[in-house]
Amino acid sequence: MVDSGPADALLDMYRRMRLIRDFEELVQALFLKGEVPGTTHLCIGQEADAIGVASALGDEDRLAGTYRGHGVALALGVDPQALLDEMLGRATGVCGGRAGSMNVIDLSNRLIGCFGIVGGSIAAATGAALSLKRQGRGGVAVAFFGEGTINQGYFAECLNFAQVLSLPVLYLCENNRYGEFTPYEDVTAGEVLDRPRTLGIPAEQVDGMDVVAVRDVAEGAVGRARDGEGPQFVETLTYRFVGHSRADPGAYRKQGELEEWKLRDPLTVARARLVDELGVDAGEVDAVDREIGAQIDEMRSAGLEAPLPDPALLAEASEFKG
Amino acid sequence: MVEFREAIVTALDEELAANENVVFFGEDVAEPGGVFKATPGLRKKHGDRVFDTPISELALTGAAFGSAVTGLRPVIEIMFGDFMPLAMDSLVNQSAKYWFISNEQQSVPLVVRSAIGAGSRLGAVHSQTPVPWFLGVPGLKIVCPSTPNDARALLKAAIRDDNPVLFFEHKRLYSLKGEVDDDPVELGTARVMREGADLTIVSAMVGVHVALEAAEALARDGIEAEVIDLRTLRPLDHAAVAASLARTGHLLVVEEGPRTGGWSATVAAEIAEGSLHDIDDLWRLTTPDLPIPFSPALEDAFLPGAERLAAAVRSRLVSRSG
Repeated sequence: MVDSGPADALLDMYRRMRLIRDFEELVQALFLKGEVPGTTHLCIGQEADAIGVASALGDEDRLAGTYRGHGVALALGVDPQALLDEMLGRATGVCGGRAGSMNVIDLSNRLIGCFGIVGGSIAAATGAALSLKRQGRGGVAVAFFGEGTINQGYFAECLNFAQVLSLPVLYLCENNRYGEFTPYEDVTAGEVLDRPRTLGIPAEQVDGMDVVAVRDVAEGAVGRARDGEGPQFVETLTYRFVGHSRADPGAYRKQGELEEWKLRDPLTVARARLVDELGVDAGEVDAVDREIGAQIDEMRSAGLEAPLPDPALLAEASEFKG
Repeated sequence: MVEFREAIVTALDEELAANENVVFFGEDVAEPGGVFKATPGLRKKHGDRVFDTPISELALTGAAFGSAVTGLRPVIEIMFGDFMPLAMDSLVNQSAKYWFISNEQQSVPLVVRSAIGAGSRLGAVHSQTPVPWFLGVPGLKIVCPSTPNDARALLKAAIRDDNPVLFFEHKRLYSLKGEVDDDPVELGTARVMREGADLTIVSAMVGVHVALEAAEALARDGIEAEVIDLRTLRPLDHAAVAASLARTGHLLVVEEGPRTGGWSATVAAEIAEGSLHDIDDLWRLTTPDLPIPFSPALEDAFLPGAERLAAAVRSRLVSRSG
């Protein structure tokens, strides 16, 4: 039985998950209207991972995400409007419209970056852990990645590298069962957790649809890394309710699988715990939904009115600093 | 007189001493002191800021990236330049792009040292010059010293530079001796090694010494060649080449690398575009578009040597004037 903790804390996590969900749905809607150029990879269904882990982090910690990174960005405190404006290719975007959906960077909010190449987040967090260990202020680096990444060179090389150097890093594997369009078991030998365990890295699994469970497991793992116990590994069992990217209707899913997972929607799970176990008034939760809904409406208008970047910067910008 | 490899270790030693955020790691670099004996004693003097890594080029390059964007100034060694394709993703997709796509939040102050070049009978995959692989990647600097003095000064400048720098050490230069002074050298600046009025020969690394030897032979025939050492191949000092060409009218670019896609082609294109009215003749001497052969009989014929270079100049000048 997971300890739910105070209702306020869970309501806050619910609010932040609701922001991610509504943000992603707004991106999808704007994408379908042709306002979001290129492609998008939404994390609808995986909100509890981002919020649960971010809730376990402190000011000294750093996180690297994937191209499915809007959730972790928002969870770390990246300004939602600036994030939306980046999706829209606007000058007011968090990276001035230079990065786009797959490559968001916001160091001021502890986000080393979202990485458009599978496995890139693992390298970034491993290196950040090298810095954090030298700085000696107890910081921990977190790498988010999907289960498809465990077949990448980055995974094999960096986990060993971090273990032999005893780096303060949490490898957070979101197992959403599909690497792009292909089921995990079709292309992967063995179980996820066997790989870190083979290197002697402590590894555990958690229900990725339960934000409280994710937070509790993350707190434990981050705490051990902070205490000098070296790399830690957590696999969350989760599911994305949408396609891999814009062009994917998800035809590869097994019959009824999506519907079954939706019964365990992280927002539904959190709401039930708030109302049924913690005695929070359902109206209070509804008010949160309305509040976020209003925020999203404002963001939509502001984003569509935001200025585009000036092409003159291409002549003025330098490939180098200094 | 100081050996090239001593100049390398001196530069590393001085920069490790000057800035505690400088760290140095790679395969066999710490306790063993490097397979080319270019880094002995650093571990003993600087402790755990100098360390050996697994044979994992992707992990160590990725860790260098992640640490460089979170406070450290890493220097890494990729033992042979031929191993750089294993590190390509991190260098090309992470380090090179971060400054620009982050909207200039943070640059990536890292240096990759690597032993490169042919002539040591090491065959096709321990002899290459990786410059063309990286030449088309904005955000990277590529430094190629030819003398012990430049090796020390340019490595120090590379470590102090805020951008990712590939620092290539030609294997056939490690035992070269030369005078060393304390004058700094700026990245991106060429140097006139020998003055001459009849033609300009531009090269880098071993090619500079080949050109100087050829120039002495040509001088005995009354042909005075100006020899320019580019020293940095990205960004490349086209202005120095153009200024020399304006005096001599003839330009020969000597590259140890394939004819297709190399830096000599870039020099030729830039000069043709910018200095057309100054050109009486412009041509290139490169290695063939073939893998580097092993047998000394083949490898010697493969590389641009002084005799061949001098003969090429003589016949070209005769054919042009005739």
